[in-house]
Amino acid sequence: MPEQLVFAMEVSLNGLMTGVMYALVALGFVLIYKASGIFNYAQGVMALFAAMTLVGIQEGRVPFSHLINAIFGTEVHHLPWHSVPALFAILLTVGVMIAFAWLVQKVVFKHLVGQEPIILFMATIGLAYFLEGVADLMWGSEIRTLDVGLPQGINLVIDETTFNWFGYGFFIDNLDIVASVVAAILVAGLVAFAQYTKQGRAMRAVADDHQAALSVGISLNFVWILVWSLAGFVALVAGIMWGSKSGVQFSLSLIALKALPVLMLGGFTSIPGAIVGGLIIGVGEALFEFTIGPMIGGATENWFAYVLALVFLVFRPQGLFGEKIIERV
Amino acid sequence: MTMMHYEPHVTSDGRTIGNTMMEMKNITLRFGGVVAIKDISFDIREGEIRAIIGPNGAGKSSMLNVISGFYKPQEGEVWYLGEKRGPMRPFEVARQGIARTFQNIALFEGMTVLDNIMTGRLNHMSASFLDQAIWWGKAEREEVANREKAEEIIDFLEIQAIRKTPVGRLPYGLKKRVELARALVAEPSLLLLDEPMAGMNVEEKEDMSRFILDVNDEFGTTIALIEHDMGVVMDLSDRVVVMDYGKKIGDGTPDEVRNNQEVIDAYLGVAHD
Ligand SMILES: Nc1ncnc2c1ncn2[C@@H]1O[C@H](COP(=O)(O)OP(=O)(O)O)[C@@H](O)[C@H]1O
Ligand SMILES: [Mg+2]
Repeated sequence: MPEQLVFAMEVSLNGLMTGVMYALVALGFVLIYKASGIFNYAQGVMALFAAMTLVGIQEGRVPFSHLINAIFGTEVHHLPWHSVPALFAILLTVGVMIAFAWLVQKVVFKHLVGQEPIILFMATIGLAYFLEGVADLMWGSEIRTLDVGLPQGINLVIDETTFNWFGYGFFIDNLDIVASVVAAILVAGLVAFAQYTKQGRAMRAVADDHQAALSVGISLNFVWILVWSLAGFVALVAGIMWGSKSGVQFSLSLIALKALPVLMLGGFTSIPGAIVGGLIIGVGEALFEFTIGPMIGGATENWFAYVLALVFLVFRPQGLFGEKIIERV
Repeated sequence: MTMMHYEPHVTSDGRTIGNTMMEMKNITLRFGGVVAIKDISFDIREGEIRAIIGPNGAGKSSMLNVISGFYKPQEGEVWYLGEKRGPMRPFEVARQGIARTFQNIALFEGMTVLDNIMTGRLNHMSASFLDQAIWWGKAEREEVANREKAEEIIDFLEIQAIRKTPVGRLPYGLKKRVELARALVAEPSLLLLDEPMAGMNVEEKEDMSRFILDVNDEFGTTIALIEHDMGVVMDLSDRVVVMDYGKKIGDGTPDEVRNNQEVIDAYLGVAHD
């Protein structure tokens, strides 16, 4: 097999893994957008906030310690324990994300029911920057390493197998494999939740028609808190994966920018669309960088996804799986 | 018009009309300068079919929306099952056993007929999804029971053939029927129907009339419905409220209302469709 093709396969596989991450972030967007028509600009910051909260709890930091120390002249930084078990810390963080969802609905969006989509969008922009500030204030702004015990480093089985086949061992990170498996489980779980549980069905009903949902006894408020909680949970999972990979720092919130082309491709209302869109973009940008990148000076990952999405948008504005928009005249 | 004394009784076709189920007291509803409902009082008795009629824009839908909690009246009281109702949101009203359909049909267009109808059972599902995750057996039994109820209603309304069809693809008349099915499957004590026969052809209207009578007769469901067509109303209902320009201009049995001069004038004066 030609060497270049083997390399391209490795690049595609890695692209696929990155695509899973993109899909995860896009999924958070879709959940909220479907149920409430809100395009949540804050989804990326939510991932950052979740990851910071998780690290903070794990390391036993006192939240808002700078603020507390400044006001009371104290010197508190750490709680008596220094390493909280990962699972327990994750559960606590889930609790924090649920509380956040409840607050967002109670304080902001409850009062904006029925407003224009652009106003709701603006509110999420405000929310994003506010949350970023809160995250800073709560946990400090240093870069942290996140370790919840996920395996890292080259996967030797794949390395050996591919070496035996092609005479060249692929470098696939264990963390990426774990992330893919977790993402697959998460999606399967969400789909099962939406299909079979009372709350999931209520969520689908609200996504379809608010009036009808009310008439069968569904509380819109409850469903909106639910979808923000789920989006918070998805953000946490994305935050754990990205944070484990490249540390918990401000740039983590920029993964949201990668979700946008994914959504343009997959459609804003489709869960399968978010997944397939994420995979296409992940593989597409990796292959483009590999083949065309060297000719034009590299770093094409920054913009290729958007070009791909734009080209796509011209031919299929509703996205891969989005509902077709038919103008009524 | 003087109200005839109306006591619990058994109708000529053997149905029982019981005590007051719902009582609207001096309801006034405004939208800015528009007074949609002007100081209206009336009651709904257990087991009856109560009609609200009147010309376009009379305030009929507004009244139904007040009953179902979609609109909040500025003045007046709503009494349900002997208790005064506080300010209530629509989903809370629904959970009290009041189901409804809409004049402009509100269905889940992206779901199949069966899925639409199953949403009507949501309040008959157990409270927590943790329950459902832990007690598979219990959740499954519940699901089976809900499915059975849904199938029963599907048979009753003769829509077996379209069970799996996405609602968005159905013609208007069938959509109305699916909407009725979704309301019925909740086993409501009070069923509110906003123009259930609007836009239907004669045959569809006859079917719908028959279904409404059967629901009342077989399930004992109390029904309040809005209808334009005088003829249909006279055939279906036990008692009629007549509205015009937000005011109540008549209230009584179809015969009483038919012979009321003010009602005749309203209908002749604004006879459109
Ligand atoms: N949501 C609303 N906002 C403003 N005005 C309304 C609203 N709903 C109804 N109205 C007004 O209230 C009056 C009664 O309307 P409606 O109850 O729909 O009458 P009907 O059902 O008898 O045709 C109309 O003047 C209508 O324009
Ligand atoms: Mg109306």
